[in-house]
Amino acid sequence: MSRNEPWLQTNWDWRAAGNFIGGGSGTGLAILAALASIQGTVYWPMGLIGAVLVGIGLFCVWLEIGRPWRALHVFFHPQTSWMTREAFVSALLLPVTLLAVVAAGPFLAMPTLAMGAIWAAAVLAAIYLFCQARILHASKGIPAWRHPSLMPVIIVTGLAEGAGFLLISAAFFGGGPAWMQVLLVVLLLGRWLAWRKYLADLTQTGAPNKALAVLHEATPLINIGGHIVPTVLVVLSLFTGDFGPWLAVLAGLTAIAGGWQLKFVVIARAAFNQGFALPLTPVRGTGQAGPGDKPGWNN
Amino acid sequence: MTRYVMVADLRRCVGCQTCAAACKHANATPPGVQWRQVLDMETGTYPQVQRTFVPVGCMHCADPPCESVCPSTATKIRPDGIVSIDYDLCIGCGYCAVACPYQARHIVHKRDLAYDKQAMANEEQRFDEGRMSVAMKCNFCQDRIDHAAETGQIPGVDPEVTPACVNSCIADALHFGDKDDPDSNVNNLLAENQTFRMHEELGTDPGFYYIWDKNE
Repeated sequence: MSRNEPWLQTNWDWRAAGNFIGGGSGTGLAILAALASIQGTVYWPMGLIGAVLVGIGLFCVWLEIGRPWRALHVFFHPQTSWMTREAFVSALLLPVTLLAVVAAGPFLAMPTLAMGAIWAAAVLAAIYLFCQARILHASKGIPAWRHPSLMPVIIVTGLAEGAGFLLISAAFFGGGPAWMQVLLVVLLLGRWLAWRKYLADLTQTGAPNKALAVLHEATPLINIGGHIVPTVLVVLSLFTGDFGPWLAVLAGLTAIAGGWQLKFVVIARAAFNQGFALPLTPVRGTGQAGPGDKPGWNN
Repeated sequence: MTRYVMVADLRRCVGCQTCAAACKHANATPPGVQWRQVLDMETGTYPQVQRTFVPVGCMHCADPPCESVCPSTATKIRPDGIVSIDYDLCIGCGYCAVACPYQARHIVHKRDLAYDKQAMANEEQRFDEGRMSVAMKCNFCQDRIDHAAETGQIPGVDPEVTPACVNSCIADALHFGDKDDPDSNVNNLLAENQTFRMHEELGTDPGFYYIWDKNE
């Protein structure tokens, strides 16, 4: 292999993936839990799980940064940095979600305050999820991240994971809206379409061969384990009586696992950098310029 | 206005790596970290094969992705176009490193020695704790550029205020100067020759030009 070809960057590893995994699942759950609460679904367990997931994601980032005791410097550049914007939103999202959890919880039933906090948390969660998608898009040095078609993948994946958690929470804490199974299937279909489009667009616009190989290699498992299996389980759960809730839990778990795998692959394994390129070779003596090269790229 | 840029004449570069060694000496970069390096690129197919040596490093872009993503404002664009890092502000998040399409940024988390266990005298003397676990990269030897303001010398012309890599180049392939000065050395080179910039399609407006032929 030539050193001029793209190589796997190592600055962001599983800890960065952990932020996108926890943040995506947590915000997806916070958004869908707000919708479910309209129909009387108990909010506080889902809100709590969502906040914990976002918190775990942020903790992963804290583990990753080289100077963790300077972490507050992350707030210094809201003008252009999506990481700063994500940090600001998280500073609001976590307390507002916890307020919603407390206000909607069994010990302090304050429905008006709870409803306001629940919807504020949902809006903040949506902004947070959007920030995550933009963080990757702004990573101009990683072709597999900067492609605009990845943004819908990140957003719909977060929502699909949230729907998976909603199914699981409903099974353990009772109730849950009737539409949650249908919603999961719709979101899985959306994720499948977004992933498919992302792969096609990335291949067409050009990317490092090794990044494409990693993504294509991971796709069958993402599709089977993360899309087909949970969809089949959701359908089975509707027709299997007593086993239904357990199949729904399994569907939720596989949908979540598929999303986590997808994000881990994109962030930790397909993160090949730009590499180097030569548009043409120099003219020496009385010769002609030769053709250039972009080693390690598909086009 | 001033915009300092570098111009590399690809017809002249012989790939001797003297610039890389001079940079290492001037900036005391740790083992494995090269702010200036020279790529050896083979192109074409037999028998039409060419070998080109391509100096690379931070391109000091006018629209640097590393600056816009930096959450701490540690990365800044100076008024003279140099993209600099404030090591005291940087949190070492690595976002700039994944945003840079030139692989110019490095983060070293553990002190590494050239000869394993025993630090050499120069390593002992020049080790800088402030550069550990933060982003670092070529800064066009900004201390020298700043010195020019005190002495009245011209960066790119007077060696004392010119980046070490340019001073050391044995083939006169590397040049440095103010692109916004119509009479500068680099402006003359850009006017007399055909150039390209690497990954120009990404819209970063890099400040590193490669000469590939004279003007027709």
